[in-house]
This record gives sequence, structure tokens and C-alpha cells, in this order.
Amino acid sequence: MLLYGPHMLDAPGGRSDFRVMLEIRQLSKSFGSLRAVDNVDLVVERRAALGIVGPNGAGKSTLFNLITGDLRPDAGTVRLDHRDITAATPYERSRAGIARTYQVPQPFENLTVFENLLVGAVYAQGRREHEITDFCAEILERTHLMRRADSPAGSLTLLERKRLELARALATGPKLLLLDEIAGGLTEGECQELIETIRLIHAAGTTIVWIEHIVHALLAVVGRLIVLDFGRMIAQGEPQVVMRSAEVREIYMGIEA
Amino acid sequence: MIGWIDTVIQGVLLGGLYALFAVGLSLIFGIMRLVNLAHGDLIVLAAFVILVISRALGLNIFVALVLAAPILFGIGYALQHFLLNRTLGRDILPPLLVTFGLSIIVQNGLLEAFSADSRRLDADALETASIALGGGLAVGVMPLMTLVSAVAVIFALNYLFYRLPLGRAFRATSDDPEIAQLMGVDNRRIFALAMGLAMVVTAIAALYLGTRATFDPSIGPARLLYAFEAVIIGGLGSLWGTLAGGVIIGLAQTIGAHINPEWQILAGHVAFLVVLVLRPRGLFPRAVD
Repeated sequence: MLLYGPHMLDAPGGRSDFRVMLEIRQLSKSFGSLRAVDNVDLVVERRAALGIVGPNGAGKSTLFNLITGDLRPDAGTVRLDHRDITAATPYERSRAGIARTYQVPQPFENLTVFENLLVGAVYAQGRREHEITDFCAEILERTHLMRRADSPAGSLTLLERKRLELARALATGPKLLLLDEIAGGLTEGECQELIETIRLIHAAGTTIVWIEHIVHALLAVVGRLIVLDFGRMIAQGEPQVVMRSAEVREIYMGIEA
Repeated sequence: MIGWIDTVIQGVLLGGLYALFAVGLSLIFGIMRLVNLAHGDLIVLAAFVILVISRALGLNIFVALVLAAPILFGIGYALQHFLLNRTLGRDILPPLLVTFGLSIIVQNGLLEAFSADSRRLDADALETASIALGGGLAVGVMPLMTLVSAVAVIFALNYLFYRLPLGRAFRATSDDPEIAQLMGVDNRRIFALAMGLAMVVTAIAALYLGTRATFDPSIGPARLLYAFEAVIIGGLGSLWGTLAGGVIIGLAQTIGAHINPEWQILAGHVAFLVVLVLRPRGLFPRAVD
């Protein structure tokens, strides 16, 4: 009990591997002759916030699909919290603590906003409904969706859909939250609000991996940045430093300085 | 005049039976987009299960139904788990082919086990019991119970769908099976539970089928046809619509038969075609598909 209690997780002198949330080793996935993810190694520490940038088609979303189990890798391993989940199904990974938002929000359109959250809260957390009602309501408050709680998700505006995408991922009670271009298509004000929400989620202890083209939003949250291109990791490190590096400038020339 | 009123009442009550046939089909299609061509034969299978239990143990058929329900749930669960889950994917052809094959297997299996003889489920005194409505009108207790059962089944299923976590998982999976998995929902288990549930509804339908008329192993496909028509008239995804669809076919059949006994079956199919022409998506289509 004492050895493996939660206090160990943050203890400075604790075993170092307790600090790792996600560990990807030599992960590869090809579609035909296209190497979408090519021998990627990646370690994300517990409570870290990691940003991923790269041009379209660099393999960012494929990497997420490999982490959530939507796709099976050709080679390599994925470990969550030191458990090898490479062979686990998407629902097992969800129950293990992985949640993800899609670039194009995909709510359950025939369910109400609140019901969208209940599904994940009940099934991913394995909790009874009455135990998680307040939890879901709190998420709705935090994501400014309370007003629409009983609306069918199909009737939401784009901004509300983006919020629901995030809210629904949070309802699964994730240890690791994967955000896929969640800031795209938002106005500057909406984007600031979103950044605040994500900061709060991060501050509450959730490990975050965020793919984003809106670089200033990303840099406002993440402590480390990696760059993918042609399925390979071509740079990583301190966000500001990585963004100024020659590799990134070359990729982003003409897109975003 | 009395004759016509009686015809309408009988038609509505008959609609309850067709709705019960259709609800299981609707449930399966709604949740997993699986068109179960063996549905009619599974209704007949359920009737034989009730028959065997009631004969073997000397039980009233309603008690036999209570015993048959968990058995049929198990059959449905196993069928989905071991067979039908393997056929589901982006292509709709494999489930069609497999359930078509299953239909043939069930028919021939029943033929082998029970011969082609016509059977009946015996409801004892209830079979002839009726309630007088005055003015020379009367409704049979069994037909009335058929409709009441259909309404009760739909109420219960709607409660499940809109009030209970399992029902929400059904709806979420129906909406987007891949996203449902990311919410921790094990689709395959959800599908197996849905098929088990559909088989329980099928058992209820089978009881009324077997008490209303005789059945033999060959009558499944025609029941499937009525069930399909009811589902499509109602609009895919709405159980109350399915009830309305069943009632429309029942009404059309009894009215057709009232005009000319040879027109009974034809009138039902014509009503179906008319609805299809006027409202191709059915009377109560789902808001979002």
C-alpha cells in the first residue's frame, strides 16, 4: 500500500518511471507505401502538456489514432501508465484513461448534450449514473454548456460542438487527454476562453497532448513541443526554441512564422 | 355499420401483433444497422420454444413464456456474439447473406425437429374469452392483450432507451459506433445485449402468433415481410412509428378482407406501397440520420 500509494507519484525521490504517463516506442504505421508514422519514440510525463505541430499529412492524427486504438500499429508499443496497451481495444483504452477530441466534432447527435457526457462517464469510468451526475454538471459549467444541457447535440453551433467535444472527453475522467486541432475555426475571443479552460484542466492534473495549427494557443499551454514531418519526429524540446529552429521555419514558411 | 366498426377494431388489434413482430427488427436495425432476414424464422423458433416448454412441463403458455424469455435472450446473445458480430462492418452485404443463410438453417432445423405439421399454442379459456362493448360489439381478450402487450413493450423499451445508461449506450452506438468505443462502450457486448433483448420481444410476439393462428416451420418469411412493412411505414428508428405501421397494415388487411376475403393480404401490401410513395422516409422519420 505504502509503496504504491498515490503519494509516490509526485515524490521527487520516487522511482523515475512513476512519472511517465505515455510511453511510445518505435511506433510505425503505413498506409500502402505511405509511412504515416515512422518509428516514433515519445515519452510524455505525468501532468505534462505536450504540443505537436507539423504540416498537414505529417502523421499527427494517425499518431493519435494509434494511441486511442482506432488504428493498430505495424510495429512498436504504446504504454499508458506503464501498462502495455498496444493490443487493447479502443474501449479498453478509454477505460484505462485515454480520451480524445476530434478536429471535426463528432457528438452523438441524437442524444442531448448532457446524455453525451453521461455515456462516457458511466461506461469509461465504470460508475453508476447517480454518482456522476454532479461531475457531469460541473464539466458542463466549466465548458459553458449548461444552458444547452437538454438540447439535442445535433442542434449545436460549431463553437458549442467544439465545447461538447472537450466536455465529453472530460466526462470519461481521463488521465491523458488528446486534443486534435480543437482551436481551429474559433474567433480570437473564443480561442482565449478555450485556452483558459484547457489550462484549468491541465492544472487539475490531467496530462495533455495537443495537436494544433494555431501556434500561439498551443504555446500558451504546453511545456514541450515536438514537430512531426513525414511521420518522423524532426524536432523536440522547449516550445519557443523549437518554433525558432530551422526545421520548423522551413515547414511553416508561408503558413505561420 | 356495426360490421365496419368491428372491422376497424379488429384491424387495430391485429396491428398490435404486427407491431410486436416489427419491434425486434426495428431494435436491431436501429442499434447496429443490421437487417436481420432471419427475424421471421426466429419468431417461429420462439413459438416452438414456448410450445416445447409448455408441453414438457405441462405449463400455461404465459408461464412458459416467462421461462422461454431468458433462454431466447441467451440464444440472441450467443447468436450475436459468436456469429453476427463477425459480419458487421462498412459493407452491408455480409450480414444480409449470413442472416439469409441463418433463415434457411432455422427453417430446416425446425422442420427436422418438429416436422411440417401445423402447431398451436393453447391459451385455454382465454382463447374464446371476449369483452362485450355493447351494441353487439365484442373484442376478444387475446387480441386485446396483443395490442396492450405491444404498447407495454414499446413503453418499456422507450424507458430503457431514454432513461437508463444501457439505453443511452444503445443510442450512442447507433449514432456513431466508433466514437461510442472511445467513450468506453464495448460495442460488441452492446450489440449482443440488443439481440438478446430483441429475442425476448420476439418471444412475446411468438406467444400471440401461436395463439392466434397455427404455425409451422415455413411461415417465418411472411412474418418478416409484415415486420419490415411496419418498420418502414413507421419510419426507421421510431418505435411508436413501428406501432403505427403495424396498425396501418392490420387495418388495411381487415378492411380489405371485409370487402373481399381474398384481398386481405394484398390490401396490407398495397397500404405499404401507398405510404412508401407518399412518405418515402416513413411517417415518423428520425430527426437526424
